[in-house]
Amino acid sequence: MSATPTLVARAGTFFHRYANPGRFLKLGARLQPWLTWPALLFTLAGLGWGLFFSPADWQQGDSVRIMYVHVPAAMLASAGYAGLAVCAVLSLVWRHPLADLAAVEIGPVGACITALCLATGSLWGKPMWGTWWVWDARLTSVLVLFFLYLGHIALIRAFDDPQRGYRAAAILALAGAVDLPIIKFSVQWWNTLHQPDSITLTGAPTMSSSMLWPLALSTLGFSLGFAAIVLARTRAAVMESRIRSLLSSPRRRGSNAAGDAA
Amino acid sequence: MTHLPYILASYGLAAVIALTLSVGAAVRLKKARTRLAALERPTDRTTGATPSL
Repeated sequence: MSATPTLVARAGTFFHRYANPGRFLKLGARLQPWLTWPALLFTLAGLGWGLFFSPADWQQGDSVRIMYVHVPAAMLASAGYAGLAVCAVLSLVWRHPLADLAAVEIGPVGACITALCLATGSLWGKPMWGTWWVWDARLTSVLVLFFLYLGHIALIRAFDDPQRGYRAAAILALAGAVDLPIIKFSVQWWNTLHQPDSITLTGAPTMSSSMLWPLALSTLGFSLGFAAIVLARTRAAVMESRIRSLLSSPRRRGSNAAGDAA
Repeated sequence: MTHLPYILASYGLAAVIALTLSVGAAVRLKKARTRLAALERPTDRTTGATPSL
């Protein structure tokens, strides 16, 4: 047997360093303001710029301003689910306790941001397409993502034994990740009413810089805000877990019984 | 046709969701921190009661 640790084992050691609740809480407390305040600043700057100072589109008119909310929400809906899938791998492969807690907290935030993406898409679709909804490949695959989030939230809380809920939800998160490339490439694979991506990793953006900058700012702000909210919720979940274990410890139960007897 | 109601509804919805999630997280974190601090406070060994100030 080789004495050299495998990549999987080394990765496991790295991730387990932050399985210690005390270490995670210390790191989280230090990180929280660096996520929260820039998130607020960039979101307000991006949305303010988009709403008041960016130009109207020659075709869409002022409705283009909905894009500064819709596009970051759409990106985060997929990114949040990718985060769930990463937590699922960490949970199933390394049994990382914080990955399970983080998955519980990512689910509702991801579901809310996906609902925002769907709602703002409809609010843009009504004046532009003349309808609130079409069963287009992009819209339908995002709706499926929303249901996957809801399924994850329900499944993780469906068992009396939380560990069983974590396992089942992790498997759902991994299986559901197949929807992410479908969302991404739906506008290329099918003939959709939804327009193709204006920003890609390989090509130059097909958007004026006067619209690109506020969009970039609001996307950065939304992303930091998502991370800040998930971190705050995960920190609270770790503390609540510690509270539960303290309350159920035999020493505390004994001292409570002594207090009651006195 | 004005698009203003659609734009305002989009931004309003974003604000409501952001506020609900962030205030909810902040309140939950504060409550958990206070409760944990109270539980981890050293207790009186003879009675198990929290020492009064």
